[in-house]
Amino acid sequence: MKNLPPIVLHLLAALGCLVLLVLLTMVTDPFTNLRIATVGYYLVAVAGLALLTGFNGQVSLGHGAFMFIGAYTVALLVKRVPSFPIWADLLLATVAGGIAGLLAGAAAARLRGPYLAGATLALAVGLPAVAQRFPDLFAGSNGLSFTVNSQPAALAGVPPTRWQAWIVWLAVLLALVFLANLARGKLGRTLRAVRDDEVAASLAGVHVGRTKILAFLVSSACGGLAGGLQAFLLGTAAPGSFTVALSLSLLAALVLGGLGSLWGALWGALALVYFQVWTDDLAELLDLRTDISDNLPLALYGVVLIVIVLAFPAGIQGGLRKVWVRVRRPAPSQRGEA
Amino acid sequence: MTTFVNLTLGGLSSGAVYAALGLSLVIIYRATRVVNFAQPALALISSYVAYSVTKGTGSYWLGFAAAIVVGTLLGVVVERLLIRPLRDAGELSAIIATLGLLLVLQAVAGMIWSNEPHAFSYAFDFRGRFAAADLFAVLAVVVTAAGVLLLFKFTPLGLRMRAAAFNPEVARLVGVRVGVMLTIGWGLAAGVGSLAGMLAIPPFISPNALDEVFVFALTAAVLGGLDNPLGTIVGGLGLGIGLSYVSGLLGPELVPLAALAILVAVLAVRPAGLFGRATARRV
Amino acid sequence: MRSSRSVLAVALASALVLAGCGGAGETPANSGAQKGEPAPGVTDTEVVIGTHQPLTGPAAPGYSRISVGAKAVYDYVNDGGGINGRKITYKVEDDGYNPTKTVEVVKKLVLQDKVFAIVGGLGTPTHSKVLDYLSGEGVPDVLVSSGALMWNSPEKHPNTFGYQLDYTREGKIQGQYIKDNFAGKKVGLLVQGDDVGTDTQKGLDQFIKDQIVERKTYDPANTDVTPQISALQAAGAEVVVCECIPAFMALTILTTLKIGYKPQLVVSSIGADPATLTGLVEQFAKQGGAQVSGGALLTGIIGTRYLPSVRGGDDAWTTFFKGIHDKYIPQEAFTDTLVYGMVQAYTFSQALKAAGKDLTRQKLLDAMSSGELKGPGLTPFAYSKDDHAGYTGALVFRIEADGSVKTLQEAKTTDTQTGEVKSYGEKRPTPEEVKLVG
Repeated sequence: MKNLPPIVLHLLAALGCLVLLVLLTMVTDPFTNLRIATVGYYLVAVAGLALLTGFNGQVSLGHGAFMFIGAYTVALLVKRVPSFPIWADLLLATVAGGIAGLLAGAAAARLRGPYLAGATLALAVGLPAVAQRFPDLFAGSNGLSFTVNSQPAALAGVPPTRWQAWIVWLAVLLALVFLANLARGKLGRTLRAVRDDEVAASLAGVHVGRTKILAFLVSSACGGLAGGLQAFLLGTAAPGSFTVALSLSLLAALVLGGLGSLWGALWGALALVYFQVWTDDLAELLDLRTDISDNLPLALYGVVLIVIVLAFPAGIQGGLRKVWVRVRRPAPSQRGEA
Repeated sequence: MTTFVNLTLGGLSSGAVYAALGLSLVIIYRATRVVNFAQPALALISSYVAYSVTKGTGSYWLGFAAAIVVGTLLGVVVERLLIRPLRDAGELSAIIATLGLLLVLQAVAGMIWSNEPHAFSYAFDFRGRFAAADLFAVLAVVVTAAGVLLLFKFTPLGLRMRAAAFNPEVARLVGVRVGVMLTIGWGLAAGVGSLAGMLAIPPFISPNALDEVFVFALTAAVLGGLDNPLGTIVGGLGLGIGLSYVSGLLGPELVPLAALAILVAVLAVRPAGLFGRATARRV
Repeated sequence: MRSSRSVLAVALASALVLAGCGGAGETPANSGAQKGEPAPGVTDTEVVIGTHQPLTGPAAPGYSRISVGAKAVYDYVNDGGGINGRKITYKVEDDGYNPTKTVEVVKKLVLQDKVFAIVGGLGTPTHSKVLDYLSGEGVPDVLVSSGALMWNSPEKHPNTFGYQLDYTREGKIQGQYIKDNFAGKKVGLLVQGDDVGTDTQKGLDQFIKDQIVERKTYDPANTDVTPQISALQAAGAEVVVCECIPAFMALTILTTLKIGYKPQLVVSSIGADPATLTGLVEQFAKQGGAQVSGGALLTGIIGTRYLPSVRGGDDAWTTFFKGIHDKYIPQEAFTDTLVYGMVQAYTFSQALKAAGKDLTRQKLLDAMSSGELKGPGLTPFAYSKDDHAGYTGALVFRIEADGSVKTLQEAKTTDTQTGEVKSYGEKRPTPEEVKLVG
């Protein structure tokens, strides 16, 4: 088993996950299926950010902008080119995100630290405003509304949200296989080299600028895919959902899950969806005013960010890793006793 | 012709606000090498406090004073409790910590005062293309900026603060209480930020009221060079006028993107800002 | 490199297989929910309904009170024993006037809370995103809180019924009033940049097309309307018709003050609640330089209305609803927007009653389209088998200096096509005549 190339291992793992997931959706109700699908597209978004900020050290506060691009790509394609099947639309959303990332990366290549953060923040604020500028094309704040027909007639008995969850997770797992392969391979090492010490990497022959741009490209392609999947799920693309708070929440999710790992992206995505669910339930239980219940998730993300940075810099994945190590290797005193 | 005059005047008053908020960012950056992403939230909370005080007492100026006081206190508290422990933890940590604070404070503002927009008074009469309120904004910012610059350049306190920022080790050796200087720096910056908030927010206050302004202020600060207060003032006023033209001639929706374009263009040519000092990186 | 290529190949292959080759934008051959099942959200003692409302966000000022008013009426009905023995459970979800959030909360209401019907979903940009979904799921979607024409499409959306006076009818009434009373004057428009605006203009254009010199739109996400108002001033508009939500009506008033522009403001019912507007502009009156009250800033504004006014002391319905207000929500301000929600809840309760003890979704829909629903509205509903539009007309009023409202033109009704604007003389039933409980 260990002799198989990593790509095959990853694909097998992905296939296994897909099977498990289909089973999971079949034993849960359609609304939970919708939630499962939501975790999926957030996972892709956060995983892309993990590559950019976690592996490559480029702090991006504008990830939501790439989701915006992906969502509108799907929306416009479904409305204007109805004959394209959904997988083509999603692929194009990914490509659109990637192109935007290429441009953003090229513009930001010389920026670092707070300058990069500021520029990406400006992107997060500015790009969704474009939808208002060209209302004939983008329908302004109203947003675009469409119905996606993707369910083959043979599967008509399957509830729509279940089917959507399958499509979303198929796309997500494929993207993850791709990302995992990248992270493990040469590019992953190069990304981390640039993050840790740009000058040393440059001396070692790494083309720093190209690497940083590539990181942006891959991460924003993931963002585009995530946005496209969201549009597919909701049948709507509107600027109101791509706020600065979204970009910051994605970063918060990444930091919570664990900056430098793709598993961290999974914990982060789960946190994004279930914080919202738990706070909603809590609000209903305690009969909280809407003002409080609406703002509770954001307050929670903020507190999480602060606590993580002060006390648990490695996030959930870091904590899990410590536990795993402790479990596999007993404490020295115990070893001595045996 | 009148359109250009109107656009310029309008740009001047909004530019004053960007300059003020940018100034608060620069003061903090000079003192602690941290970009305070929570600055708009501190200003927001101060302004909400002013709103409540004004609503309760009926006096705008009482609320104004409360805003400045609360803002300064918040700056002090944040520096001591959040930033001090993270001094050695790296750039990313400080950015993330201030982002976390931004999220928390905006959410808390929404919880206490609700996400619904509330009417928020101007300082003076707001009628007219360049009204009394606009004149006040420009004057207040110019006076404050001058005060800050004078403080840094000509007072012993300012000298100590600059020393603490420039070389904490040596400053400590000659008797400067570095920690206290950093705290004072944050307090001062937050106070200036509160002034900016009070000027920027009218006519309606809501938890997201300062989001766009913050982006422009950050742009102004970066344009002028993150360690150059005078550059930020110039950058802020210039940006304000420039964006006013974009809004009037191309449409208000394009303004944030225009700010981004200006930022990228300037940084591409001068990566440390127009007036910033580019430092060689140490290997 | 080779392994990445094979990844790509596998990806495409599996995608092709699973996703099928159906075009994503094409409508499938069959759709629609199964009929003949027992209605969700209904038991012998309870009926669960849901709604999405902007409790936060740009549309919250004013509109967040609608569900509060509705809840008070449902409490009144429940205290009286409910409708046909069933108490009404009213679930309100906040969508912040954000269309994406609307989709999420409506799916939650339908799939998780399993509501019987969606009542009074608010907003044109928001509700338009769930129209097809609710039709597809067979969920009754009644009394939509918006005046867009799209709610009236019985062939495509047989479950959807309007409530509010639609924007085209209202535009016609406004247009005809302006033509009669401001003949020859230049007119400027400021409208919301979506169906609200386009539908209104269809109505206005039938009467004052040649008087309109400038048309401007606003986007609820952008609170600076100075460019638009300046353009209206530059075009010389003496009358400005504002099709705006309350926050933007307040902004318009303030901006006209700021640039020294004094047009005659004509505002549609969605932004004409004097109490809400006063609350919003009061702060600014103090900075106006003069000793004016908030009310003074609103003096002379002309608006349209089709529901009982809170300032109409001799209206039996106003007294009736004030009674409910005083008993259940005394701490709330008694405003026209609150009454909007109360009348909506009253109308739904009437439909529920007409549907009978044996409650199914189809029976509710039949009750809605029966044309028998008569109540507090100043003009009748358009409901019939082929027409799902709501109120059909309005009166015109002006806000006076002392805060009272003066009726300038009695209620008139019209249609959405080119029919004329006719006076409506029929009397409304009194609260006693269409009692729900007790």
